[in-house]
Amino acid sequence: MADKLRAQQQLEALQARYVGTGHPDTTKFEWTSNIQRDSYASYVGHPPLLSYMAVGMGECREKVRAKFIESMIQPVGKPPEVQE
Amino acid sequence: MATTSSMFMYSLTVQPPTAVAQAILGQFAGTKEQQIVTASGSRLTLHRPDPSQGKIVTALSHDVFGIIRAIAAFRLSGGSKDYIIITSDSGRITIVEFIPAQNRFNRLHLETFGKSGIRRVIPGQYLAVDPKGRACLTASVEKNKLVYILNRNAQAELTISSPLEAHKPQTLVFALVALDVGFANPVFAALEVDYADSDQDPTGTAYEEIEKSLVYYELDLGLNHVVRKWSEPVDRTANILFQVPGGGDGPSGVLVCGVDNITYRHSNQEAFRVAIPRRKGATEDPERKRTIVAGVMHKLKGAAGAFFFLLQTEDGDLFKVTIEMVEDDEGQPTGEVQRLKIKYFDTVPIASSLCILKSGFLFVASEFGNHQFYQFEKLGDDDEEIEFVSDGYPIDATEPYTPVYFRPRPAENLSLVESIDSMNPMVGCKVANLTQEDAPQIYSICGTGARSTFRTLKHGLEVSEIVESELPGIPSAVWTTKLTRSDEFDAYIVLSFTNGTLVLSIGETVEEVTDTGFLSSTSTLAVQQLGQDGLIQVHPKGIRHIQADRRVIEWAAPQHRSIVAASTNERQVAIALSSGEIVYFEMDTDGTLAEYDEKKEMSGTVTCLSLGEVPEGRTRSEFLAVGCDDATVRILSLHPDSTLENKSVQALTSAPSALRIMAMTDSSSGGSTLYLHIGLFSGVYLRTVLDEITGELSDTRTRFLGPKPAKLFQVSVQGQSAVLALSSRPWLGYSDPVTKGFMLTPLDYPGLEWGWNFSSEQCTEGMVGIQGQNLRIFSIEKLTDNLLQESIPLAYTPRCFVRHPDQPYFYTVESENNVLAPKTKQQLLADPTVTNGNTAILPPEEFGYPRGNSHWASCISVVDPITEKKVLQKIDLEDNEAAVSMAVVSFASQDDEVFLIVGTGKDMVVSPRSSTAGFIHVYRFLEDGKEVEFIHKTKIEEPPMALLGFQGRLLAGVGKALRIYDLGMRQLLRKAESVAVPNLIIGLQTQGSRIVVSDVQESVVMVVYKFQENRLIPFVDDTIARWTSCTTMVDYDTVAGGDKFGNLWLVRCPTKASEEADEEGSGAHLLHERQYLQGAPHRLSLMAHYFTQDIPTSIQKTNLVAGGPDCLLWGGFQGTLGILIPFVSREDVDFFQSLEQHLRSEDAPLAGRDHLIYRGYYVPVKGMIDGDLCERYTLLPKDKKEMIAGELDRSVREIERKISDMRTRSAY
Repeated sequence: MADKLRAQQQLEALQARYVGTGHPDTTKFEWTSNIQRDSYASYVGHPPLLSYMAVGMGECREKVRAKFIESMIQPVGKPPEVQE
Repeated sequence: MATTSSMFMYSLTVQPPTAVAQAILGQFAGTKEQQIVTASGSRLTLHRPDPSQGKIVTALSHDVFGIIRAIAAFRLSGGSKDYIIITSDSGRITIVEFIPAQNRFNRLHLETFGKSGIRRVIPGQYLAVDPKGRACLTASVEKNKLVYILNRNAQAELTISSPLEAHKPQTLVFALVALDVGFANPVFAALEVDYADSDQDPTGTAYEEIEKSLVYYELDLGLNHVVRKWSEPVDRTANILFQVPGGGDGPSGVLVCGVDNITYRHSNQEAFRVAIPRRKGATEDPERKRTIVAGVMHKLKGAAGAFFFLLQTEDGDLFKVTIEMVEDDEGQPTGEVQRLKIKYFDTVPIASSLCILKSGFLFVASEFGNHQFYQFEKLGDDDEEIEFVSDGYPIDATEPYTPVYFRPRPAENLSLVESIDSMNPMVGCKVANLTQEDAPQIYSICGTGARSTFRTLKHGLEVSEIVESELPGIPSAVWTTKLTRSDEFDAYIVLSFTNGTLVLSIGETVEEVTDTGFLSSTSTLAVQQLGQDGLIQVHPKGIRHIQADRRVIEWAAPQHRSIVAASTNERQVAIALSSGEIVYFEMDTDGTLAEYDEKKEMSGTVTCLSLGEVPEGRTRSEFLAVGCDDATVRILSLHPDSTLENKSVQALTSAPSALRIMAMTDSSSGGSTLYLHIGLFSGVYLRTVLDEITGELSDTRTRFLGPKPAKLFQVSVQGQSAVLALSSRPWLGYSDPVTKGFMLTPLDYPGLEWGWNFSSEQCTEGMVGIQGQNLRIFSIEKLTDNLLQESIPLAYTPRCFVRHPDQPYFYTVESENNVLAPKTKQQLLADPTVTNGNTAILPPEEFGYPRGNSHWASCISVVDPITEKKVLQKIDLEDNEAAVSMAVVSFASQDDEVFLIVGTGKDMVVSPRSSTAGFIHVYRFLEDGKEVEFIHKTKIEEPPMALLGFQGRLLAGVGKALRIYDLGMRQLLRKAESVAVPNLIIGLQTQGSRIVVSDVQESVVMVVYKFQENRLIPFVDDTIARWTSCTTMVDYDTVAGGDKFGNLWLVRCPTKASEEADEEGSGAHLLHERQYLQGAPHRLSLMAHYFTQDIPTSIQKTNLVAGGPDCLLWGGFQGTLGILIPFVSREDVDFFQSLEQHLRSEDAPLAGRDHLIYRGYYVPVKGMIDGDLCERYTLLPKDKKEMIAGELDRSVREIERKISDMRTRSAY
């Protein structure tokens, strides 16, 4: 039992430290949000990718950057209703 | 396994990326002079602004082999030198200093804090340093923040602490700055959003109510921890922060900039808010709100509170923002803010960084297009502009307010002094030889909006012409000479004709003189200023020594013999007679020429001689190089003990036409080395090292200059001696000012027959040359740039371009999103009801086009890059159509007439991709392609992203479908269709009946067209989802391409699949072949893979130098030009692989990224050698070079030759 508890604690520590670490009950919403947030962070972090998208959208880089971080707040829409 | 690949390529950068992600300013050399450091791609570049000339000079460029995410400058208090902090994708923080004496960056600290790569929660995205240099904070987009304390130890060395954490989960950071708090505890301000609640709330109300807050993080230096000190909600739309001076200089705090407003915030002050003025004009939407996208704060010397901000909106308008403080009884500012003021300053291109130099210059690192260097004329203090103040403007963002307006006007405060060429963004590039020169040129489409350009790149140095004048006859040679040794400038120009000699004196005007003592009735072989004040003229019949008092001593050639070659320096003369004898003279102590008793008999006829200069402090040059027509060069000793004895000999491939012994700076020895430069009759140029003691020749490097015999001359350029090599075109051999490596670059100048150094008061470092009947005097100003650029302005962002099949014209399609089409603009201007002013139309190159959401402006241009160098015809598209693709297609049904096909989309939305319709326009070429005429257009369901001529018909990629069209009278006629890819076709290539189709997301698919069945059948696809951006067929089975994440790859079709697909009548078999894992029956195999960091937007198989082998040239989005050179032998591969390995450990990347992992960022690097890493070998210190050379069992010179050969054989 103690082992199981420790494993549980370790997993929780991992989840706290590395955002996006999954667990057996990861929902589709959590998973897709996580993927989308990772993607947006990558677009913002890679300068050529951000420029590429900015040119494509006909906007300037700073506006696109702010827009992408804004999208990270709720990348895939509202969370689903929780069924009790 | 990378090592077992059967194909190896050598990757080299021809032009590094020119996009600047960030620019910082500082005194990096430790002197008062300010430098600019820019981060572009993986390169850290140090620029030295020259205020006296108004120029920016690149001093150092260092490839860190990692993605630089942010850079910051800081100075420890009391210090005078700025250090650079770099955060990169290495997961480490790096502190670097610039060492001016060695001109290199030196790493001081490298602290690991997280995983490598660019991830959501790994800090490095934001970097802020306390203005007093006591701490820095680096943050990730989400959650993590790390604070490092910077200090110095007892030895006055810089120290860095272990990181302190200030994490907050589920919090996004929009912007981060350090606060100026004087010497109180360092405080950092972040613009944050906490999304924890909205992630849990299915109703969406929490999302609606999300607040953006300004959070202060205080580093308690006493307790050594970080606390979240203050948090206050701010405008929901805020996106950027600026530091407000504090301590004794101002009120401290931050400016929070959001949509349509700028707010001053600080924990102990009231908020002040001011609107961002909007543009006024007939074509401007009065409701459009602006955002601040860039800016800079500048403190003026002297008075406290004397600081201002220049903030830029997305239109490029700069606004001057000042803060007015409450004054105390004595009229001194108290540090309490009274109001915020804003007024229009000027308009400059949209910047990624702005730097204000103390010397009164503004450096604008443009996000797209050329970087600009401006000088401040004034600071906008007393002009007519209306100043808007924060009084009466509501603090609450939700309250209504009246917007404010200004009229943009041409620049008043700034004047442009230099525009620094930048090809970012480069949308396409093609190599073609339109001018019929030896080497082809690179044509590219770059830029965005009205600052778009069509650029021609040519390998060469820029030459500025000073004089061009016609002469009475065609001279064969020209010299310049001083009159006495102490003269600073040349006095005479001596011209030799077939039957005479002409002497011109250099003064205010250049005119003929006859009383010089020169023999004018014969041609001349050499002219030299000898000894203190003598002059000599070598002519076919003898040597004429003209002394200062105009006495002439004549030495006559022996009877029936004439002089065929001569070489002179200020103390020695050597001549070769037609009989093959060499006569040597040396100057006596009394200033007369003494003949050496013996003549040296050579084996063949002497074609050329060279003495070399007398080294400093010596009485003679030790060697005489003799070239004979038996294709040899001999080195003869001139030492008194062994005069005219043979020292060494070198066999050549052809008879030498010119020789030149010269000392030049050399990267491998670190100092100056004596070289023998040899020009051959075959037009080949050789450079060998001449041992200063033994006279041995070693380390020969060869280069083909052109089909004419090569002639060599010693000239002086930018303070260094260089060799001017003339063949069918002029070349200059010099050592690169930054790397010190030897460069041989053609001059952008007509072919010369003869050249000589030229120095006068007006032009201290010039050259004089003969071109036909003309005398030309010219100089070379810049040795740093060996790619010449010429720009032709385009109207909108170019998307695609093609070349006319035989004429030297290019056709571009341009389109611009969110911009009003010319027709709409005209309507608005003509409409009297909306005219809210009579503003003159401002040039769009500086002020941009009037914007309108979901509007498109698009056109087709005919560009003549050769003769007229302008756009010949421009066709605007109407009805919100925008061009996306184009091709030149010859239709078999129209007697193979060639047509221009343009694909367009109507009402396109970029993301998520949608449109109401697509069209394919057909244009006919008129007047040999100078004009195009519209024939008809065909409506299709989606914009065709790829078009290609295919077997006398048109191949189009429409969405997922691949179609073949033929040309009809009223529209295009669909002949065949097949769904070839899963998402969207974005590129097509063809050879024979094979078509390579690239998908936007799923790599490439090979499709075979079966003519009998009229079917298009995909038969091989890829295993990896590559977001393809460009492709080319290297051979029938191999495709090279690039993807949007910055990779280059080569994939090959398996032999069996390739043969099966081409079998006669195999259509039915192919159609019914079993799918493999829900894809095509076969898979492509990966041959090579490499991460380039920049996004390749074009790739082409071509050769770049005359007679060079084929290589792959790729152009990157940020302006990179690179080449991939295939290796021929396995031994070379092994050599370069082990060299790479040694360099990885001996010269580990500066920012701490592992080189191998960097090049294998997405997919492990395969079949590629990083030439840029190998070239760093030449920059290593001598001991490291020798160590690596020892490990590789080769000499340093040998390794350097191999490295430089790889480049010069195929590129510049």
